[in-house]
Amino acid sequence: MLYLDHAATTPLRPEARAAMAPYLAGDFGNPSGLHAISRHARNALEGARDEVAELIGAARSSEIVFTGGGTEADNLAVLGRALRTRGSVVTTAVEHEAVLAAAQYAARIGCDVHIAEVDEQGRVDPASVAAQCGPDTAIVSVMAANNETGVRQPVPDVVAALRSLDFSAPVHTDAVQAVISEPLDVAALGADLVSIAAHKFGGPKGVGALYIRDGIELDPVVHGGGQELGRRSGTHNVAGIVGMAAALRATVAGRAGFCESVAFERDTFEATLAAAIPDVEFTAEPGIRLVQHSHFRVPGIDAETLLIRLDAAGIAASAGSACHSGAMEISHVLAAMGRTPQEAREAVRVTFGWTTVPGDGKRAADELAAIVESLR
Amino acid sequence: MKVLVAMSGGVDSAVAAALLVERGHDVVGVTLKQWETEDGRMPTTGCCTVSDANDARRVAAQLDIPYYVLDYVAEFTAAVVDRFAAEYMAGRTPNPCIECNRRVRFRALLQRATQLGCDHLATGHHARVERRNGRYRLLRGADRRKDQSYVLHMLTQPDLARVVLPIGHLTKARVREEATRLGLNVAGKPDSQDICFVEGDYRDFIRTHEPAASRPGRIVDLAGVEVGRHAGTVDYTIGQRKGLGIAAGEPRYVVDIQPATSTVVIGRRDDTLVEGCVVEQLSWTDRPHHGQVDVQVRYRSPPVTARIDGTTVRFADPVSGVAPGQSAVFYSGDEVLGGGVIAGVLR
Repeated sequence: MLYLDHAATTPLRPEARAAMAPYLAGDFGNPSGLHAISRHARNALEGARDEVAELIGAARSSEIVFTGGGTEADNLAVLGRALRTRGSVVTTAVEHEAVLAAAQYAARIGCDVHIAEVDEQGRVDPASVAAQCGPDTAIVSVMAANNETGVRQPVPDVVAALRSLDFSAPVHTDAVQAVISEPLDVAALGADLVSIAAHKFGGPKGVGALYIRDGIELDPVVHGGGQELGRRSGTHNVAGIVGMAAALRATVAGRAGFCESVAFERDTFEATLAAAIPDVEFTAEPGIRLVQHSHFRVPGIDAETLLIRLDAAGIAASAGSACHSGAMEISHVLAAMGRTPQEAREAVRVTFGWTTVPGDGKRAADELAAIVESLR
Repeated sequence: MKVLVAMSGGVDSAVAAALLVERGHDVVGVTLKQWETEDGRMPTTGCCTVSDANDARRVAAQLDIPYYVLDYVAEFTAAVVDRFAAEYMAGRTPNPCIECNRRVRFRALLQRATQLGCDHLATGHHARVERRNGRYRLLRGADRRKDQSYVLHMLTQPDLARVVLPIGHLTKARVREEATRLGLNVAGKPDSQDICFVEGDYRDFIRTHEPAASRPGRIVDLAGVEVGRHAGTVDYTIGQRKGLGIAAGEPRYVVDIQPATSTVVIGRRDDTLVEGCVVEQLSWTDRPHHGQVDVQVRYRSPPVTARIDGTTVRFADPVSGVAPGQSAVFYSGDEVLGGGVIAGVLR
């Protein structure tokens, strides 16, 4: 089995599993209680919060809100701001569905929504994002890197463009994919809200975090007991949160080496593929993609067929973002980049991760080339 | 052998897949996504829904076979859905299941099976394929009340050589027993009935897609004399007796519908009887036939004796309820000889 779908999810890191183990056994407390068992859980929770805050360069631990994952973090950022001010929502055509669907919902409750277009490489122009904003804008959401293509967005430039026009709207970025391989320092990034999801970087599923810069106000989207300073109710997923912090620490500690080895595998994969299949078309320049992402199409061959053949050969890849029914849908990201529906149907995503070992890139490319040859 | 199984999420195709696995074949399950809501998702009501795909996925997981949902929305919409409304407006009564089998299920999917390295394609249809002397025969399903050979008549020798129908020799009751024995969670799932892409009443689908079908118009007799008015041809079917709103001495029946001019033609019982029909898109499961056959002019009508001469079919006794757009399927006993789409009737 060769797993090359790390952008969908990646195996749990041993550091995360070890950190979680006590909280799946004896340390079962609810952090919101007053007794000793609760205090123990509370300490673990707040320790994890300190750790996440430190690892992403947050000024205060209270700027970290734990959520039930990346989608919930995105919803809290976009809808939380829209609900609070009822102002406009500005985002891009290539955002994750969690942001786009939240923006659509904001439109249903009466907010203006403006979507900035992207170029054929999938990059947004900071000036065009700023041009969609106004004094009443509730939130601007621009992802750090795209989950399908891996293309990075110039988030600091978006922030600068906004501020140069004297717009004070908070900027949110979905850093769910980017945090895997890009340094995440909220001060340098300039974003006011940042989403991450544990399972993308070796933590458990069902837990994420939203960084909310001190002073940014938003309404909750999950109501209840008022946990997380009223910003996200619900009993804490202590084991998950502790696991996320441990996974993030391991990710940050190993990032330089990870980027070097994964970039080598990715580049070998693409070079081997290009040599064997001369008409293979990579979706964007490698330089603007995350190092772990490859995204391409083989003209005339549906991704569906290719992926099923790869699956039979023991190689797991994907066609962009997975969806509810399991069927592939035409990617809104590729449509926004001006690709035809047929081109979008042919797009395949191969993503490397922390369990990738030397030789994986070459092996995957050789197998893929053999399948393409048999289909042609 | 390696077999691609089309799984709808229902009990028949689940048992079909399970029986193939039990016989030791290398089985791959697929569900065709044929229809989607406006935001590109699978529908949540009607047939071919997300929950049907989830049922199929559960069965595949129980059987430990690979399972995929394949996107055939574009093919299905063009070949079946758009034609359904267009054919209706041309005064025909289309059978979308047959068009789907002809153009999507057994054409696109057989091609896909090859690409996926599968020699055979299996479905949960109630019909049988029998090999005899190197030729393949398509036969009625063992459960006569569930027989689906009518909708498979377009299969030809190269198709039949690759098509496997694992439950055709079982009654529906036996299929459910097998599902229970195999512990499949769809054992008690009700049968699907409707046209799969139509949610509720097919008339609503036509009303939406062809507004002209709900234009008011004339009800005329066979001489062309107006005898009443109607609120839209979509409310009528050929052979219909009730609800015509015409006061006459003896019962009146719909004998023809002309949506293009919003005209419904009615007549006496005898006027609904036709002597024969002409077919198009004629195909044969094996060699072409001439002379006497049994013919079935609707999915659930009893077969009648007829003679075939080229594309002309003459019934031994006049038949009522023959509607252009439906298929005339030819049988010899249990064996499907072939069939075609009824293009016109002979009075």
